[in-house]
Amino acid sequence: MSHEHKIYLRKIRQEKIFIHFCQFLLLFLLLGIWQFAADKGIIDSFISSSPSKVWDTILSLYDSGTLFHHIWVTTYETILGFFMGMTLGVLVAVILWWFPNVAKVLDPYFTVLNSLPKVALGPIILIWCGANQKSIILMAMLISVIVAILNIYQGFQKVDSQKIKLMKSFDANKWQICFYLIFPNSKKNLMETLKLNISMCLIGVIMGEFLVSKEGIGYLIMYGSQVFNLNLVISGVVLLSLLATVLYTVISFIEKIYIKKD
Amino acid sequence: MNNILNIQNLKKTYHTKEKETIAVEDFSLSLADGEFVALVGPSGCGKSTILSILSGLEEKTDGTIIYQNKKMGYMLQTDALFEWLTILDNCLLGLKIKGELTDEKREYVISLLKKYGLGDFLNSYPSHLSGGMRQRVALIRTLAIKPDILLMDEPFSALDYQSRLAISDDVFHILKEEKKSLIMVTHDIAEAISMCTRVIVLSKRPCTIKKEFLISLTDFSTPIENRKAKEFSHYYEEIWKEIDHES
Repeated sequence: MSHEHKIYLRKIRQEKIFIHFCQFLLLFLLLGIWQFAADKGIIDSFISSSPSKVWDTILSLYDSGTLFHHIWVTTYETILGFFMGMTLGVLVAVILWWFPNVAKVLDPYFTVLNSLPKVALGPIILIWCGANQKSIILMAMLISVIVAILNIYQGFQKVDSQKIKLMKSFDANKWQICFYLIFPNSKKNLMETLKLNISMCLIGVIMGEFLVSKEGIGYLIMYGSQVFNLNLVISGVVLLSLLATVLYTVISFIEKIYIKKD
Repeated sequence: MNNILNIQNLKKTYHTKEKETIAVEDFSLSLADGEFVALVGPSGCGKSTILSILSGLEEKTDGTIIYQNKKMGYMLQTDALFEWLTILDNCLLGLKIKGELTDEKREYVISLLKKYGLGDFLNSYPSHLSGGMRQRVALIRTLAIKPDILLMDEPFSALDYQSRLAISDDVFHILKEEKKSLIMVTHDIAEAISMCTRVIVLSKRPCTIKKEFLISLTDFSTPIENRKAKEFSHYYEEIWKEIDHES
């Protein structure tokens, strides 16, 4: 390795360390200012809480034995809604691809459903399925499935027409075109949809938990706001951001092992 | 000579909302075993349509095609290799789809790959190969199903001039050695003269046969060498004159 190359590599490494350093610095600064302002009475910690109070709230949740229960409930609902949404999404996308006329007929309906804020359907779902976990999972699925269908279907359509011609010149039937060409060709697109959908599902789950209000992180936030316990609300938000990050990281990790780097 | 393919009065009409377009009309062609024929003509005249019909991708509107039990192999404008498959798997694709993959046929494909300089790349992915090599893979993928007649639709048009010359030499050798017949669509007159013994000039839409040239070059050998033959420029000029050029 030449001297110049060593310097170059060192520079890249230093830059990376510097970026990480700044990221942590920013976090500490924000938390520090928040804590300081609360301690000095610059802001009212009753309505804006403080990092130490959030920490205490999370600890007390842990002590009471409910912390992991709430996290688990939310995670479970998200994952279930996610799998159902993806499975249904792939299935419908395949049907749309298989029967172009079905796609044409349904096109305006998808446009409307896609732009409709699914939260508006919440009360209806609640009445139909009752105030229980079924409603929450259905909500998560509903909010993710439309985006999944549209995304996956678009990916299917992006296949190079020459490749389809090639398959046909080998007398391939539709199943074969689907499995040999369409699916593997859409791998990247599928992975992108997974990433998008895990956050969509989380939105659906929290929305559902707001409405059902029995357990889960969404319930903690809702309950906290109703009894005007802002410590609990912000703790809920913090837990939620951690959970969202973990779920996203898991999907990214799966993507990495699934898509080989050539 | 024995004809392995007879096309008579082939006709193809396309329908669009506005009108009906006749793409091909009154196209007849007989192909002898081992013969190389080029179809040249102005772009968009419907040359590719003829190949699409011959390979079964499109239905003909009228006319007869007698195949004499010969199998067609279609080579497209782009190599259309699947990036997620290895070179070997790409070449086995046709056999897999047709459900004809046997150990013997796999060995045959591997032997083809080895014979034509791709032996070291069996398990590589297409992104590691140069444009010319990719075309060779595409050719072997077509040869894997053991076709008797190769149909090529401007197969080298995506390549730069240097690779184009080289690959046309390669393809010529491979096809001669494997004893295949060829119908090639091209807009490159030089390519047509240097590779084929018969050049058919097609007219503008609707595409019909305008004139047929039998090419006989002194010291007929490989496409690159053939370009040096003394009759080459004569044929070039004659064919050039026959093509409907847009003014």
